[in-house]
Amino acid sequence: MEKIKVAVIGPGNIGSDLMYKIFRSKNLEMAMMAGIVESEGIRRAMSKGIKTTIEGVDGVVREDDIRIAFDATSAAAHLKFNGPKLREKGIVSIDLTPAAIGPYCVPVVNLDQLKEEPDINMVTCGGQATIPIVYAISRVAGAAYAEIVACISSKSAGPGTRANMDEFTETTSKALEVVGGADKGKAIIILNPAEPPLMMTNTINVRVKDPGVGFEKIRDSINSMVEELKTYVPGYQLRVPPTMDGDRVTVIVQIEGQADFLPAYSGNLDIINSAAVAAAEKIAEQMLKEGRG
Amino acid sequence: MAARKITFVDTTLRDGSHAVRHSFTEAQVAEIAGGLDKCGVELIELSHGDGLGGGSFTYGFSKVNEFKLMEAASSQIKNGKLTVLLLPGIGTIADLKEAQKCGAKAVRVATHVTEADVSAEHIYAAKDMGMMAVGFLMMAHRAPVERIVEEAKKMESYGADYVNVADSAGYLMPLDVKARIEALKSELSIPVGFHAHNNMGMASANSLIAVQSGAEYVDGTLRGLGAGAGNAQIEVLAGIMKRNEIETGVDFYGLMDLAAEKVDPIMIRPQTIDNGSLMLAYAGVYSSFLLHVYDAAKKYNLDPRDILVELGRREMVGGQEDMIIDVAHQLSTK
Repeated sequence: MEKIKVAVIGPGNIGSDLMYKIFRSKNLEMAMMAGIVESEGIRRAMSKGIKTTIEGVDGVVREDDIRIAFDATSAAAHLKFNGPKLREKGIVSIDLTPAAIGPYCVPVVNLDQLKEEPDINMVTCGGQATIPIVYAISRVAGAAYAEIVACISSKSAGPGTRANMDEFTETTSKALEVVGGADKGKAIIILNPAEPPLMMTNTINVRVKDPGVGFEKIRDSINSMVEELKTYVPGYQLRVPPTMDGDRVTVIVQIEGQADFLPAYSGNLDIINSAAVAAAEKIAEQMLKEGRG
Repeated sequence: MAARKITFVDTTLRDGSHAVRHSFTEAQVAEIAGGLDKCGVELIELSHGDGLGGGSFTYGFSKVNEFKLMEAASSQIKNGKLTVLLLPGIGTIADLKEAQKCGAKAVRVATHVTEADVSAEHIYAAKDMGMMAVGFLMMAHRAPVERIVEEAKKMESYGADYVNVADSAGYLMPLDVKARIEALKSELSIPVGFHAHNNMGMASANSLIAVQSGAEYVDGTLRGLGAGAGNAQIEVLAGIMKRNEIETGVDFYGLMDLAAEKVDPIMIRPQTIDNGSLMLAYAGVYSSFLLHVYDAAKKYNLDPRDILVELGRREMVGGQEDMIIDVAHQLSTK
């Protein structure tokens, strides 16, 4: 069957995990791994028979048949080099950095509106884990305020996250509003060093505008959202099912990673990668349907 | 020989915020901050108990916006520095800039004891903004001495003016405090401070041994107002330091009067070591969890001690108040 060729830029932990997820995809073919130095990640891709380059985005745009590229580098690299060069070449960017040149994408909520965008941004891991629930609540009862606490194990928080905690909280807060539908969003992130590492957990609290719609309607909306999410994040589950106290709805979710390349406790990395691949799958499906393959 | 001089940090209006469920008003903070300033307290900390931006479902909403409280307090502070707490992951540099506009001159950037690197961006920003910046290592019982030194050195390298060791669970015994402060004193070139909780009745003793081990900054609150069983009681510390011939520059009687006149009337529960507070220390749980644990125990019909033991077993860190409901749910469905 025909597939769309894709490249991964940034052969670190995220990029390597993406590669394994792409291997499982029905519409995507892992055509290139791009780095800027000979690295373990480049060697790993090579050992899987994947074409590699150490010229970064330049190596990718030299190829003629790559249609989608995942950017797992840094915000600065995506803004200055990767984003503009991919766009010029007509390659769709799936941006996993905080650069956010293009709109935020949480596949289960808004991918259908973004299929023609040249560059989509995957928000943050905490955003991918919580925005679907906030949206599930806001679509039936409105959301005056949405607050999330994302707890990730210290081991799965890389140096980029650690040096830029504000970027996480500010981006996630904004996306709770723009994509989740809350009038006001607030995001909190906590790193926990316990051993063995804890699974990623997220607590979601929403002040609904219209508690009159009733708890059942809200709960059903959340439950059906969780089922949809599980189609691309199989380890997503409710730890504490929804409860409602006045106008406050509380839910706690947990994400167990698929352990493709990263350990199962790294549910935070698994969910953003799974969301990125799910988005690319849909975009590729569209390309194939329109004969743009 | 001249008496050794140390600096008091009063955190009645920050850690004490937990004890009054974040209900401080502008009039209360103006009186207390003004009183502390008159008594010669150099650093007067004020913010939501969980630091800037802490007002939330998870930690409790502030009755009065913390920036309004800062403005009210700073108008009364003539000599001291209005200080704020910031936990990276909760508060942001944008919040810090707002705090500075409202009169804050110092910030303590707090991380879990093993996670100092998340404080880098905030310490750099504070120094750029011309503020005093303090590295604040929470839950100091959770890491061995060598690790604490390693983390404190990171904060020093970011430009921290001093590093504060916080016994957030009130877990440490005096000799544990001594070991930590002495190691930091010998490895760092910046001063060291200490923040106690009284959950096992050690707050005053631990603060004294911290000072005797070389700490130059020590935290306290009027009447001990703070999370769990509260903090070291600042007027008691003033008396202790006098008896030990350590110069603090504060007005001993003035602090006692301020506690009696302005803090006694606003306390919503006596700052005793109740059973839950004792269990905080015993299980090694972050002190501000206490009142949220009482709420959850009531809602789920559980013994608060069971919730606290499970939180300790799971090694929850500061800021994970959301997991209280998780634990209560799991215990009640067992």
